[in-house]
Amino acid sequence: MSVFEFPATALTAEQWQQVNALAQSLRPGQALWLSGYFAGLDRGVRGVIADADYIPAPQGATAAGTPDAGGAVQGLTILYGSETGNSATLARILADRVRECGLQPVVSDMADYKTRKLKDEQTLIVITSTHGEGDAPQSAMAFFEFLASRKAPKLAGMKYAVLALGDSTYERYCEAGKQIDKRLAELGATQIEARVDCDVDYDEPAAAWIAAMVEKITPAASSGASVVGSARVSIETSAAPAAAVFDKRRPFSATVIDNFVLTGRGSSKETRHIELSLEESGLTFEPGDALGVIPHNDPALVEALLGALSLNADAPITLKDRATTLGAALATDFEITLATPRLIDHWAKLSGSAELERLKGEGEAEARTAFLRGHHVVDVVRRFPVCGLDAQNVIAGLRPLQPRLYSIASSQAVAADEVHLTISTVRYDLNGEPRSGVASGYFADRAEPDTTVPVYVQANPHFRMADDDTPIIMIGAGTGVAPYRAFLQERETRGASGKSWLFFGERNFRSDFLYQTEWQGFLKDGVLSRMNVAFSRDSASKTYVQHKLREQARDVYAWLEEGAHIYVCGDAANLAPDVHATLSALIQQESGRGRAAADEYLGTLQREHRYQLDVY
Amino acid sequence: MTTLLEKSDRSRDVSQPLEKLNPDETLKANSNQLRGTIAEGLVAELTAAVPGDDIKLMKFHGIYQQDNRDIRDERRRQRLEPAFDFMVRVRLPGGVLTSAQWLKLDELGRAYGGETLRLTTRQTFQFHGVLKRNLRPLMQGMRDVGLDSRAACGDDSRGVMCSVHPQLSALHAQVYAMAKAASDHAIPKTGAYREIWYEEEPEPRNQATPEEPLYGRSYMPRKFKIGFVLPPFNDIDIYAQDLGFIAIAPRGKLEGFNVVIGGGMGRTDQAPETYPRLASLIGFVAVDKVTAVIDATMMVQRDFGDRADRMHARFKYTIDDKGLDAIKAGIEARQGFTFEEPREAIFTSNGDQYGWQRGEDELEHYTLFIENGRVINHEGRPLMDALRAIAKIHHGTFRVTPNQNLIIADVAPKARPAIEKLLDAHGLGSSNALSGLRLNSMACVSMPTCGLAMAESERYLPNLLTKMEAILSAQGLIDEPITIRMTGCPNGCSRPYIAEVALTGRAPGKYNLYFGGGFHGQRLNKMYLENVGEDVILDAFEKLAVHFARERQPDERFGDFAIRAGYVAEVKEGRHFND
Ligand code: SRM
Ligand SMILES: Cc1cc2nc3c(=O)[nH]c(=O)nc-3n(C[C@H](O)[C@H](O)[C@H](O)COP(=O)(O)OP(=O)(O)OC[C@H]3O[C@@H](n4cnc5c(N)ncnc54)[C@H](O)[C@@H]3O)c2cc1C
Ligand SMILES: Cc1cc2nc3c(=O)[nH]c(=O)nc-3n(C[C@H](O)[C@H](O)[C@H](O)COP(=O)(O)O)c2cc1C
Ligand code: SF4
Repeated sequence: MSVFEFPATALTAEQWQQVNALAQSLRPGQALWLSGYFAGLDRGVRGVIADADYIPAPQGATAAGTPDAGGAVQGLTILYGSETGNSATLARILADRVRECGLQPVVSDMADYKTRKLKDEQTLIVITSTHGEGDAPQSAMAFFEFLASRKAPKLAGMKYAVLALGDSTYERYCEAGKQIDKRLAELGATQIEARVDCDVDYDEPAAAWIAAMVEKITPAASSGASVVGSARVSIETSAAPAAAVFDKRRPFSATVIDNFVLTGRGSSKETRHIELSLEESGLTFEPGDALGVIPHNDPALVEALLGALSLNADAPITLKDRATTLGAALATDFEITLATPRLIDHWAKLSGSAELERLKGEGEAEARTAFLRGHHVVDVVRRFPVCGLDAQNVIAGLRPLQPRLYSIASSQAVAADEVHLTISTVRYDLNGEPRSGVASGYFADRAEPDTTVPVYVQANPHFRMADDDTPIIMIGAGTGVAPYRAFLQERETRGASGKSWLFFGERNFRSDFLYQTEWQGFLKDGVLSRMNVAFSRDSASKTYVQHKLREQARDVYAWLEEGAHIYVCGDAANLAPDVHATLSALIQQESGRGRAAADEYLGTLQREHRYQLDVY
Repeated sequence: MTTLLEKSDRSRDVSQPLEKLNPDETLKANSNQLRGTIAEGLVAELTAAVPGDDIKLMKFHGIYQQDNRDIRDERRRQRLEPAFDFMVRVRLPGGVLTSAQWLKLDELGRAYGGETLRLTTRQTFQFHGVLKRNLRPLMQGMRDVGLDSRAACGDDSRGVMCSVHPQLSALHAQVYAMAKAASDHAIPKTGAYREIWYEEEPEPRNQATPEEPLYGRSYMPRKFKIGFVLPPFNDIDIYAQDLGFIAIAPRGKLEGFNVVIGGGMGRTDQAPETYPRLASLIGFVAVDKVTAVIDATMMVQRDFGDRADRMHARFKYTIDDKGLDAIKAGIEARQGFTFEEPREAIFTSNGDQYGWQRGEDELEHYTLFIENGRVINHEGRPLMDALRAIAKIHHGTFRVTPNQNLIIADVAPKARPAIEKLLDAHGLGSSNALSGLRLNSMACVSMPTCGLAMAESERYLPNLLTKMEAILSAQGLIDEPITIRMTGCPNGCSRPYIAEVALTGRAPGKYNLYFGGGFHGQRLNKMYLENVGEDVILDAFEKLAVHFARERQPDERFGDFAIRAGYVAEVKEGRHFND
């Protein structure tokens, strides 16, 4: 098979022979399974999602076994925008499937895609998620901006299709996918397969779409049914690497070894330090990665909801893969705090409530958002009681419980078998009741030492520490400092020579200076070269990190000129934009050049992966 | 002039090169007259503390770096540095202040000092829990009402004390004025204070003349404490001062002062070479000679005090090392005249006289018992609010007593009812209706702010007293005035070693118990039990109380009885305190 005829990166001739020999003996399906298996092995070995196509350019290497542009015989490019890895995984699966059918797709992360290639593409398959508030994934922003801009080329004659990932709890559902679909059409490209918008439980719709896609682009492929079949398999087999390593679908149950409050007395917040044991998991991660945590709902809340529904915990129900009870499902399988538009629709039907009906309307977006903010699942059920409910029917309105991601706050160079998290507890009152976040509330109220939590490593290739001798500027507010603790632990053990500068912001110096003594230690030992802090509630004039950044304009610019990498972590809504604006302003001030030039400067930093964000 | 002193062993005093002396001497000498890097330390943003050496220099400015010890461990586990903050001690000679000054201190205490003020055993105020960034606003706030914290701590002339004697109004006014003058005269003159805290430009100085005429670059070997007392009340504990002036005023006319030197309380457990010492009487001087005596005495201690070992640096040790006569001669040589024969002076107590007193000038004075000097709003007894309300209408003055109490002084008779109404309105009407033991009790600050504390004091004594009161009532002694003083460590900040009953902290819940001090501060007490807990303390106290109730002679004092009945031996001299 042609696919094996060129040597892949980093394979010795001997390895290559073995691979070839094996390849000859493969039956359809096996190759795909193996791709997943090797990927898993690789992750086990390296601690990064192994799909080379998921590793951004600076780390070098195009996909093992994936030809770069030149090799793309039929000019098929699979382009993905991903922040938490889902779209990337699907892109890989799609690539494997079409490769299996003898095609040679180019798989590329939008973050690394050379936009000048766009006009030459013949078939472009886009898989993208939506982040922020209807935005493209951070790493794909530049690509989206280019596409939206006047610079975008006419694409008449190009074929395309879009798979959109999203979360229906967000008002602007799958917005990024919708945008790119619309834009490609505007630019004259022809859609070859209708866009599918996938909610967080995307397995089946995605599998079906992939199968349909494969059929479209590889007429040679076998009959629809079996394709769909193998396509579904393909999603699940993407978990086959779990044989070698734990992942999202096969989480490792990590034991809590420590859990204490970092914020001192009198704090207006509660931020915790959590230490989990990864012993025997073989899980590995790099500074910048996140940990996926699969939380369970608060038993008390499950009780309350069952009460409101007047249903029994042991009422039998069936989920797509197994039979269970309502109580168990509400505890572990579904979001029972945050309600979704889906629930509104569903409950409108069940309750026949006119008010809910009204909220379904197209123009009702704002009213819907407001309603959902004020009504979580239990509130909807209480306010619009439905009697004689059937358990199965209830869960039809719920969305699957989502894993929560936490930036990893420790380095395996220091604690190989541990992963540390910095978690701020979400607590608020709603309809006269104290409520708390599912995951953060779990850690605050129930994660005693020795209890276990299902977790997996979520690689974050777009938030990577620079080489040891490169200066780094780290900007974080609140829990946003978490990854920098990992960065510095790593640099300390590696004896890195590069300068480092940390900007940290929180509310009150006395109580909220997260990891204060550790930073002081890093400074003393020279692991951290500089640190500035901003505490917004200590003085009448609220100072935030961006103000400190501005105060230090000259030096910050000098560092950037020296080639410093700059990192921003924490709040997406305010911190990230404010810091960005401040950077632009200080670059204008120090370089004496205009706004456009400054933004171009930042754009370049971004393209060179010298300006990276991990915001949520 | 060469006296015995010049010929004495000079191997440990200021005549020696710095490297042969305690490191603190080098620090002082190289501090650019107490400036150090304090100003820089104030802006360091990653810590609430100030850099190492500056902490010691700041004491000369009346500021102590502390941290809340209650939560030290908790914060260490939370990866937070200790809850660093600062104690600021006001310089308030004789404890006298105006209503306007009270209102400002109250305001500053509410804004920066955790909504409390602390009256001290040397008649002044302390703010606790002041954050670094609030130091300047606090100091400048004090400046606005003519107050400062110069030399409130440090190796210099500390707060000068003066009896609060309510009745002898004219005499008090006269002696208080001298105490204030003495303080203004004896404190450091460096511009550091104004430059750092008021952010003023350095004043142009003739570099030839030293910034500190009296102190030079090395200041004193250790703290130096001056006090003025008006018999018959020894409220300031004249015998605990390094230099004390006992007013001699037959028929209320001030003729001069008996001079006493070498008092001090500080000692260290398990270090018998350290001991409390009562000041020795060396003679009488006329009123106009007081400043000369102060200069000469401080010079002698400055030049001959031990600068190698700070535990042995107080004037009391210099005196016992060199001999009282040698020291006296040294002082006389420097002041240029000799002391006259001491006159007779009689003391009756070292406590306060509570309630309303009428001065000879017809003005009235109300002494309010304030437990351990803590001015704060108690549940149902908003003391801080009450005093603020009074200060708003009060045209006289306030006097902080040496027993941590407060006098609302110089009240015109017609103004008295309004003040009484405010006291009642704030639940303070019966503040003085307490046992003779409690009314004569003092406890030092100790936990959680004091860095040297080994056991609770201020927060514990009140409860212990309640248990002791039960014992006393059973013996019909509830109104018997008995002095009791507690400290959290052997340093003796509440002057425990001259109390009839004393407790000094050794470890959490553990204290040394002392009996036999003189009721009017004329005699040291002696350790009766070492390092014991509450039960043992109460048993011992009960045994003595029962015995006292049964066998005391008419008017015999609790402390005197403890010696006569053989519980402890009489201590005639500090040197024998540990025998
Ligand atoms: C506030 C006060 C006790 C009170 O409850 O009122 C006090 C509190 C402290 N004293 Fe004192 N002393 C206080 C009167 C005294 C007295 C009584 C007196 O002067 O009449 C003495 C005994 C007399 C003497 O000096 O011998 C006294 C002997 C000490 C000593 C031991 C000195 C010695 O020669 O050994 C220390 C420790 C030291 O200086 O090394 C000390 C040190 C301290 C410090 C500053 C602890 C420190 O050095 O870090 C304490 C601050 C605690 C806090 O958190 O506020 N304090 N201290 C008194 C303030 C007086 C003032 O307004 O200036
Ligand atoms: C890449 C990434 C990294 C992250 N890193 C970290 C980290 O290091 N530390 C960290 O603490 N978090 C981090 N997060 C956020 C984290 O994943 C969770 O979103 C967060 O902990 C909340 O999850 P939860 O289950 O506790 O709360 P949820 O159950 O998800 O509840 C949160 C929701 O509660 C609702 N809510 C909140 N307040 C109110 C209110 N007043 N009224 C009504 N509804 C309200 C809101 O809809 C909110 O979205 C990260 C997120 C991402 C994507
Ligand atoms: C911080 C954050 C914001 C999000 N915002 C949206 C949104 O506005 N609209 C939407 O449809 N989905 C939103 N999502 C859901 C993601 O698109 C969904 O989880 C998707 O599976 C992620 O795919 P990826 O791993 O390829 O990034 C958001 C997710 C996160 C973590
Ligand atoms: S006696 Fe000791 S514990 Fe009490 S205040 Fe003084 S130094 Fe602190």
